[in-house]
Amino acid sequence: MLAYLLRRLLYAVPILIGVNLLTFVLFFVVNSPDDMARMHIGVKRATPEAIERWKAERGYDRPMFLNDAASGSARFTETIFFDKSLRMFALEFGRADDGRDIGQEIRDRMGPSLAIALPTFLLSLAVSISFALLLVFFRATYLDFWGVVLCVAMMSISSLFYIIGGQWLVSKLWALVPISGYAPGLDAARFLVLPVLISVIAGIGSSARWYRTIFLEEISKDYVRTARAKGLSELAVLFRHVLRNALIPILTGVVVVIPLLFMGSLLVESFFAIPGLGSYTIDAINAQDFAVVRAMVFIGSVLYIVGLMLTDLSYTLADPRVRLQ
Amino acid sequence: MSTSSGILGFQPVVLWTDALLFVLVALALLSALRARTQAPLRAAWRKVGRRPAGMAAATVLLAFLAVGLVDSLHYRPLLPAVERGAGAGAEAGSAPAAPVLSTEVLSALDALLAPLRVRTEKTYSAPFAWTLYQRETVETAAGGQVREYPRLAHGAAHLGADPAAARAGDVGLRVGKALVQAALAWLFAFLVLASLVWRGSGLRWGEVALAILAGRTVLAWRAALVTLAALLAVVAVCVELAPLYHVLGTDKVGQDVLYLALKSVRTALVIGTLTTLVMMPFAVALGIAAGYLGGWVDDAVQYVYTVLNAIPGVLLIAAAVLMMQVVIDTHPQWFDTAAERSDARLLALCFILGITSWTGLARLLRGETLKLRELEYVQAARAFGVRTPAILRRHILPNLMHIVLIALVMDFSGLVLAEAVLSYVGIGVDPSTISFGTMINMARAELAREPMVWWSLAAAFAFMFVLVLAANLFADVVRDAFDPRRA
Repeated sequence: MLAYLLRRLLYAVPILIGVNLLTFVLFFVVNSPDDMARMHIGVKRATPEAIERWKAERGYDRPMFLNDAASGSARFTETIFFDKSLRMFALEFGRADDGRDIGQEIRDRMGPSLAIALPTFLLSLAVSISFALLLVFFRATYLDFWGVVLCVAMMSISSLFYIIGGQWLVSKLWALVPISGYAPGLDAARFLVLPVLISVIAGIGSSARWYRTIFLEEISKDYVRTARAKGLSELAVLFRHVLRNALIPILTGVVVVIPLLFMGSLLVESFFAIPGLGSYTIDAINAQDFAVVRAMVFIGSVLYIVGLMLTDLSYTLADPRVRLQ
Repeated sequence: MSTSSGILGFQPVVLWTDALLFVLVALALLSALRARTQAPLRAAWRKVGRRPAGMAAATVLLAFLAVGLVDSLHYRPLLPAVERGAGAGAEAGSAPAAPVLSTEVLSALDALLAPLRVRTEKTYSAPFAWTLYQRETVETAAGGQVREYPRLAHGAAHLGADPAAARAGDVGLRVGKALVQAALAWLFAFLVLASLVWRGSGLRWGEVALAILAGRTVLAWRAALVTLAALLAVVAVCVELAPLYHVLGTDKVGQDVLYLALKSVRTALVIGTLTTLVMMPFAVALGIAAGYLGGWVDDAVQYVYTVLNAIPGVLLIAAAVLMMQVVIDTHPQWFDTAAERSDARLLALCFILGITSWTGLARLLRGETLKLRELEYVQAARAFGVRTPAILRRHILPNLMHIVLIALVMDFSGLVLAEAVLSYVGIGVDPSTISFGTMINMARAELAREPMVWWSLAAAFAFMFVLVLAANLFADVVRDAFDPRRA
């Protein structure tokens, strides 16, 4: 298994290089640093000197790939490509436009993001799977039918409305919890209840329906009939047999997002003013802070690849027949 | 061009998204014609028509499509010549100055909704209100000042001195009148439909009409008719009331919210359909090539889509949109009018969304092609020496079309929802483009006001919910009908 994981790690290298090249092309080739500087300073005030200063402050005044002015290995290292792209492999992200270190900022903001994403993830998994099992238990009845209708209706509502509606109802009308904000430590719970609740509710529709199809596919198999024939109750069949056998497709869709939980949620964090990575990204997008966006793209793809490896590992835990080699 | 504008009084403008939308409609019509001649396709579409949910959803979607298409006929009106002629008026007999085109690009929908578009108020007003939503200082005739709710310039202006007493009666009367009109229109539609179904059925007309009403026809006409009745009622009431009241209120700068909601439909349709349309050629070509040719082609395609998949979607979109914004902002000379610029941005957004979403479809097509290429009839074709392009065209592609169709309808609702979120994040459509996202974005700040301004949000919610729900239902029915595994 170790050999398998090592091989997967090696596979990850070309993919990360691909991501790196793609972002480099997007950020530096499609637009020259001059364009970005002009946009940032404002087209009207963009004198050549201002552009040069902007570029020098951020280290964009170097050549793209080859620095003829330098000698030795510095010919390659004192370039935009090395400085802005390759350094990311060492997790050195440089500084944001406000002068702060991006790496430090990311470490600081991971906590709040996780504090909201992890409970949301676990809770919505539990709620959606239970709801789906309930629908399957009552399959081919009116309860099932209206349950699916409810799921489709809930899917059809934009997550923006869940957030706005929830904030309005719970925080403004009933005044149960603060509308937005964050406090470190245990105080955070007060601020986290509502966003977690809203994210769970917003996700139920599509995920419960998806789990329901998986369970329905599983329930028509022979072993289920055997289990029923030997006199197991329907609940025991569902929870002990169907749920375990349906784990593989569920894990495929679920495990891959676990590492991405670190990235937080753009929408929820910005609506609730939670100082996590999601709101960091959104602020960077709005301020057109390209360095931060680039760093987040890179981290996101690293986490995605970690997620793929975790998925493979989780198969071996869920199904002893799976062997990784 | 100037000659045609001189005669017509306007100059037609074809924006990129307009052209592509009409290409899409033409493609849909063409494939519908083709589907008529092919038994399996006809059977699958009949399956869609047999489901009441499918027919009802299709009716709603057609209504939205009609709004979107009317809104896609753009033109630039001529400016009235009066002001320019004033100075040169003395030189009678001189050649008339060349007509000047307005820089504003309007659509046929704008022309139809002219009363809604033009009659703006000063700021917020509630639905059916006759005053503004906030007090203003008004000079009285005596020279003093009072704080009061000023009358609206247009909304409920016909009610005279005492709108409070007259409004309920007036609205009730007009709603009644509108409902009668709607009923007549529905009856007409029903008669036409019954006659069409009756033609060639060999039954008596009355029997056919009764069968439709009882829901005993093969296709679920009753569901379509019920939906049509609801639609007609809403439309008739709006047509009757909208010129006199602001049915859904007005927004911060006094624009009619109903107008904004109707204009948003086109943006949603463009994003929902064109995204899939522009990515489809890539997905189909790469998916088939990877699956059928195998080898290094397969490796290369898989590498590309793994890389694209590895980047979280929103971030890739954000990065690409930021870059596209820089390109558009640094090349103002590419665009004649503001409408063309925001249209370019809309189209670019479709491309960006397409690039991030083609991987799923390509993977499905690759898998299916892998399966198909081992089937006997494909092997037979190969053994007979049929060339690869011909095999792909004749044997592989037609058997993949159901996957493409399912992807097209399944993606639609997700894309409409994504547009709202992206516009909220600031990486969606141009802020000047009217869309559900920009509507929600503006409405969000209004919720914090005291008293709350709820109607823009409610309007965006209602329109989006109906559109996305219909799309979801339709997608489910289409998938059930076309996916062989769900038969």
